[in-house]
Amino acid sequence: MEEIVLETKDLTVHYDGRPAIEGVNLKIPRRRITAIIGPSGCGKSTLLRCFNRMNDLIPSARVSGQVFFEGVDLYGPDVDVVEVRRRIGMVFQKPNPFPKSIYENVAFGPRIQGIRDRRKLDEIVERCLRAAALWDEVKDKLHQNALTLSGGQQQRLCIARALATEPEVLLMDEPASALDPIATMKIEDLMRELARQYTIVIVTHNMQQAARVSDYTAFMLAGEDRVGRLIEFGPTQQIFTRPRDRRTEDYITGRFG
Amino acid sequence: MGLTTRSVAEIYAARLQRGMAARWREWGELAIQALLFFAAMVSVFTTLGIVAVLVVEAIPFFQQVSLVEFLTDPQWTPLFAQKHFGILPLVAGTFLTSAVALALAIPVGLLSAIYLSEYAPARVRAILKPALEVLAGIPTVVYGYFALLFVTPLLKRIIPDLETFNALSAGLTMGVMIIPLISSLSEDALYAVPSSLREAAYALGATRLEVALRVVLPAALSGIVASFILAASRAIGETMIVAIAAGQRPILTLDPRKAIETMTAYIVQVSLGDTPHGTLEFRTIFAVGLVLFLFTLVLNLLAMRIIERYREVYR
Repeated sequence: MEEIVLETKDLTVHYDGRPAIEGVNLKIPRRRITAIIGPSGCGKSTLLRCFNRMNDLIPSARVSGQVFFEGVDLYGPDVDVVEVRRRIGMVFQKPNPFPKSIYENVAFGPRIQGIRDRRKLDEIVERCLRAAALWDEVKDKLHQNALTLSGGQQQRLCIARALATEPEVLLMDEPASALDPIATMKIEDLMRELARQYTIVIVTHNMQQAARVSDYTAFMLAGEDRVGRLIEFGPTQQIFTRPRDRRTEDYITGRFG
Repeated sequence: MGLTTRSVAEIYAARLQRGMAARWREWGELAIQALLFFAAMVSVFTTLGIVAVLVVEAIPFFQQVSLVEFLTDPQWTPLFAQKHFGILPLVAGTFLTSAVALALAIPVGLLSAIYLSEYAPARVRAILKPALEVLAGIPTVVYGYFALLFVTPLLKRIIPDLETFNALSAGLTMGVMIIPLISSLSEDALYAVPSSLREAAYALGATRLEVALRVVLPAALSGIVASFILAASRAIGETMIVAIAAGQRPILTLDPRKAIETMTAYIVQVSLGDTPHGTLEFRTIFAVGLVLFLFTLVLNLLAMRIIERYREVYR
């Protein structure tokens, strides 16, 4: 039996009073890669953004239900959002490095946590860039603007930046959809490597990617009412070879979506 | 049937030839283009004309007054018997009122820009931003009387030895006038920072203040600095407020409690006074005008350079 890091209970999100996802019950196992798949508009990203409370930034969003992280309800009354986001990092669809140097991008998280010691920062920057498989490519130009890197490098820099706050979980929202196939492959290799130490939840519309990298797969679908629901969750191999739900089978065999 | 022996293909081919209507259309296009070009050139030619007049009129002045005297003499008394032609007191007066104005407008303008862009709910922003911009629409003569008749008496209660005409009151009022310039342009620069950068910072556990100060502000810095420079240029060129409230006494001082005279106020004084045209005294205003023009030109060019650089940041 896998150890569970994140668990949602009857999670529902409304935008402007209209439900976007409804009644999601999902358990995310520790140090595994869990893929959330489904057609556009099924609420995958909305679900992902519940895990680090990014939906808080959207004034019209209302979250009900519970998300337990290490047994604590993230939507409970005394939860420190800042601490939640440090421990549950996020990588976005489009690489979004700050228009600062490569070094400052990675050092951003530690700096806002109050780390000023240069040697400590140097050490963190190197460790995270190595972990993101970027160190060898950038070690001679750490003080160059991050925007001079290629798209794939920028995305790995964003991963390094997320690792620098020492999170336990990494949320990835279609992290390779803006990248070419070779850069995508590097990101996927990196994810497998990172899964030894981190729990990864990835949203992807690319089923092959989900099949290649993930241990578990959650399939979401929006019905006629355009409200996203979790249809099926299980080990990736089972979802892709012996899906229990007819709709899952239809989706993965490409009959719609 | 002899008249209609042309094949369909021939008719379609003939239609491709330019007929009279097409020719008229082309002439029309040309005329419109010429009109638009002329409209665009009006302001260019006016600017060139102004520069030409300034230079042409300033040349005879500099034939009688050396550039060294003009730039180094600490007294400016062209209208008195004992004539001195040192522009420094006027430059100091302009510098003083502008510095006071910027000392007020930069912090207030920047803070309101940060509030509007990063903190204000959409509804508040929609009301506050235009409201701030209304400040810029008040005629400057109103600001001038406001400074003289309201701000100065108010300040006198706090600073008893404030003169009736003084740089402080004029500068502060001018500062209020240029707050919207800074807040509006800075807010544009802040708001233009992609929201993906804000999300990235929030996702790293940054607070709202950290997002604003460490991510959005640095990313918008060149646009913000450009707004400061444009504001400075505006303050230097501002005429009405300083002519009404700052005085007409060109002394070399940096004491904001004293009456001073700015370059602009001097030009008003001479052009509205009874100084005969064509005299050396009258030509001083062209020399001063040229200096004023160079100041604002340099500042505006600087701001344009900075804004251009800023555009390259996000591709």
